[in-house]
Amino acid sequence: MYAQMIKSEATQDDPEKLAAFQARIDAGDKIEPKDWMPAGYRKTLIRQIGQHAHSEIVGQLPEGNWITRAPTLERKAILLAKVQDEAGHGLYLYCAAETLGVSRDKLTEMLLDGRMKYSSIFSYPTLTWADMGAVGWLVDGAAIMNQVPLQRTSYGPYARSMVRICKEESFHQRQGFDIMMKMANGTEAQKRMAQDALNRFWYPSLMMFGPSDAESVHSEQSMRWRIKMNGNDELRQKFVDQTVPQAEYLGLTIPDETLAWNEEKGGYDFAQPDWSEFFDVLKGNGPCSVERIEARQKAWDDGAWVREARLAHAAKKQAAKVAAE
Amino acid sequence: MSVAGLIRMGDNTLVLGQRLSEWCGHAPALEEDIALANMALDLIGQTQLWLGLAASREEAGRDADALAYHRDAWDFRNLLLVEQPNRDFGVTMMRQFLFDCWHFEVLQALAAHPDAEVSAIAQKSVKEVTYHRERSSDTVIALGDGTEESRGRMQGALDRLWPYVGEMFSTDDDDLTDMTALRPAFDAYAETVFAQATLTRPDSDFAHMGGKTGARHSEHLGHMLATMQVLPRSYPDATW
Repeated sequence: MYAQMIKSEATQDDPEKLAAFQARIDAGDKIEPKDWMPAGYRKTLIRQIGQHAHSEIVGQLPEGNWITRAPTLERKAILLAKVQDEAGHGLYLYCAAETLGVSRDKLTEMLLDGRMKYSSIFSYPTLTWADMGAVGWLVDGAAIMNQVPLQRTSYGPYARSMVRICKEESFHQRQGFDIMMKMANGTEAQKRMAQDALNRFWYPSLMMFGPSDAESVHSEQSMRWRIKMNGNDELRQKFVDQTVPQAEYLGLTIPDETLAWNEEKGGYDFAQPDWSEFFDVLKGNGPCSVERIEARQKAWDDGAWVREARLAHAAKKQAAKVAAE
Repeated sequence: MSVAGLIRMGDNTLVLGQRLSEWCGHAPALEEDIALANMALDLIGQTQLWLGLAASREEAGRDADALAYHRDAWDFRNLLLVEQPNRDFGVTMMRQFLFDCWHFEVLQALAAHPDAEVSAIAQKSVKEVTYHRERSSDTVIALGDGTEESRGRMQGALDRLWPYVGEMFSTDDDDLTDMTALRPAFDAYAETVFAQATLTRPDSDFAHMGGKTGARHSEHLGHMLATMQVLPRSYPDATW
């Protein structure tokens, strides 16, 4: 899940309008940018879509870290294409957020000054080539778990951007698994990298679904608005159930001694991640939190002259066009 | 058919593709980030074709990856221009523009090459490079004719990179086409872009040489290769 811990906003709109709005959502209608919507719905969506967009952009960094070291020309091309897709996802999502009345520049400013967050997972480092496999397999796998249902979310522009994103994400997950297969079936050193990547990414991947529903007080309103489609625990369980057999197929060991099949519930029992670590990461204390924002800040600052020049040139061209008419 | 000439083409696209990929996640705007990755991707794709053909023609049991990852700097035959560091976005885009203008002319010439495989690669590549040149021209114009600061940066980039232009048009028997013959078309096109960009072409035609012959690369290439080749060199038994 790329948007975590989104608090839904209470709303103080006209009860009649609210009821009519809820009826549309219950009937499965899509809400479009020009339609009336509760202020809380708008605010929650801006936060959720914005956080999702930021996650795509910050998420370029841990994978971009290996583009220059990709071990074959083909792997380099695939990774470049994948990271470019992530930037593209960021672009659609910022556009979707803009339909709610907030500019991309404003959202960027809020990311950089800490008012907005990005997914906790991207505050972790990518240390070996196997991490490119693990990120695709586990991180994109967890993201898909959340995003497939969001294709049916109530806000039209968000739902439509999610359709496109999901197609690309499932390709990303397959390429991640493909890297893991090569590594897990490779030399001793490659196997060690693969197991190490799983060890480091397993619990952070489980955290991507957010804390247990019992502690997530804001889920209910978002579910009524169909901004959030499933509970955190339900998605986490689905992810574990899908991933454990894949790890077995790879010959890798999930770093959880308590992991066991539970016949009664038809799913695995598994250990929860260390939630205190999760909250530390959200506070900006992830292993790479400082570097990630620093890199985005530097790109923003270093690029200011380029953005200003493009605007100035466009204005000159426009003025010349007007003068010619 | 000169294998060395094919390697020159592939090394240029490889080294520049590698340089451009360093920008991923760090560009001035999302659209620029996507465009840079896209160009890098095209260039890496072209590398697979050129070095793949070179490997099959040399019949030494190597493939494109072996050529890319298991040669040292002195065996690289790329132009000095493409191994120059990215520095700021202005230098990156000026380097791209100068390269694209040359690359476009070369590929147009090679599209009519008597060797069918060379001609096929050139015909495929020239479609991509036509777009690269269009985009880098627009960028040079916009940043040249933008603000006072951007104009200064772009003129500085042009002054800094101009000494690497001459090598592109030096030629010998290894080249797939006579590079000298391409210079007038390059100059004519570049001049129109510089005029719109309000930039001044430097007076001196001094040219650094040594990249395409491998006689003397810059210090930058070794660092780039150390990064790029680290995995295949460190784990020679592995397949990826």
